[in-house]
Amino acid sequence: MIRLAAIFSLIFCVAFSLSAQHNHHGHDHSGHDHSGHNHAGHDHSGHDHSAHADHSGHAHGADGDHGGCGHYGDFDVAETAMHHISDANVYSIGPLQIPLPIMLKSDDGWELGMSSKFKPDLLGHGDGHVGHNRYVLHGGIVKRIADASFPMGEFNVVGFKHDKLEIDGKEKDVTYVCTGDAMHLLEQKSTFDGGLFGGGMSSYKDFSLTKNVTSMLIVCLFLFWIFRRAAKAYKKQDGKAPKGLQGMLETFVVFIRDEVAIPFLGNKWEKYFTFLLSVFFFILGLNLYGQVPFFGGSNVTGNLAVTMVLALLTFIITNVSGNAHYWKHLLVAPGVPFFVKLIIIPVELMGIFIKPLTLMLRLFANITAGHIVMVVFIGFIFIFGKSGESLAGASGAAVGSTLLTMFMMAIELIVALVQAFVFTILTASYLGAATEEAHH
Amino acid sequence: MVGSIVAIGMGLAVIGAGLGIGWIGAKAMESIARQPEAVGDIRSNMILMAAFIEGAALIAILLAFLVA
Repeated sequence: MIRLAAIFSLIFCVAFSLSAQHNHHGHDHSGHDHSGHNHAGHDHSGHDHSAHADHSGHAHGADGDHGGCGHYGDFDVAETAMHHISDANVYSIGPLQIPLPIMLKSDDGWELGMSSKFKPDLLGHGDGHVGHNRYVLHGGIVKRIADASFPMGEFNVVGFKHDKLEIDGKEKDVTYVCTGDAMHLLEQKSTFDGGLFGGGMSSYKDFSLTKNVTSMLIVCLFLFWIFRRAAKAYKKQDGKAPKGLQGMLETFVVFIRDEVAIPFLGNKWEKYFTFLLSVFFFILGLNLYGQVPFFGGSNVTGNLAVTMVLALLTFIITNVSGNAHYWKHLLVAPGVPFFVKLIIIPVELMGIFIKPLTLMLRLFANITAGHIVMVVFIGFIFIFGKSGESLAGASGAAVGSTLLTMFMMAIELIVALVQAFVFTILTASYLGAATEEAHH
Repeated sequence: MVGSIVAIGMGLAVIGAGLGIGWIGAKAMESIARQPEAVGDIRSNMILMAAFIEGAALIAILLAFLVA
């Protein structure tokens, strides 16, 4: 066992130091065409993005000095981490970029097809070489040029440039695309959180089959398959002791029944058991799927939209199945002095919404934090390796950060289980509170 | 400026949650030592209480994100 772990760490170390070196080389040809280089520095002053010219001093790293079009600049660990936890329009396994279908809706109509039509390198960073109808592919994510007067149709993409820009008094990270003759500001990716995590409302809506959706489909199909097999096994060996996959699943199901459903829901447990099990296995499956190294590392349960829908389901089911006793204690609070009622009732009413809100945030924060920590630990290699200049630094950090990452992964396995369990047990306790009969 | 204040606030929220969860953990350990046969009940209640405390810290983090 220990020998196996040692071999794995060795492979990890070598792979990471090599990729640190690769980053250095990738750095050189990432611009793939430096023709835009010469005028990139002063071109945008003539553009309507004059705000950018004023703020060019804010540009980070060596990037800002020569306005390198298509240059990645210094390694920015926060940016890398944010990129790795976000959803994408390609499914990346290592450097391999597998195209996914895109469905984008804007005022100019639908944009359909595969993300390969932006012609990203099959092995690379997911930057498209071609743009379509103002859409471009950057880092595996489809973005749109903000300038509405930009002509429709196909255009060449030379490179991308990251910068900071002040929007509504807040400094935000923005991206520019270089089309060979000029720099164009890209819109922020649309997010339903209203720009809480760097996104914002965009002129297009992304209905694509993204990386997260693909992962969700894969996990759901896998869960369907294993549960079908277990169900068949029960039919086949009726009355006999369960074995194999069936035995493993039975452990979880019995655990949820005896530790979660029956203690909190009493004799009504069977009614809500299907929901509890679905939520538990959905979250557990996706948590564990996101932990598989070099396989996309998709951050589905660390996506605010996914956890919001899960919490919304709990919210709806809890309040729809809430009985008269629950609502009476919530709205009238019988037997409580009048002045205490003035405090209790608003707090209880707020609690209806705070409970699902914390459910949503807890899962999101725990899983996202795990993914960020992992990327940051691996990012140490690039920080100590000075983006590929120092092999000694990179290989030294590779050993340390590989061990740290493997340790964190072990902890994340526990977190994956605990968070799935916590979501289920809290859902059960809210349901239990809502369906409890009056006992006087 | 706002960012620094938010950072201090997040730190305070983490201290509060850390103290709370640490207290629960300590008490749960003590209870298990006193009554090892009740380990199952104590464990699930411990996780439930830790989750509630975490909720307060999460609201602080959300507000920090909104302000920053």
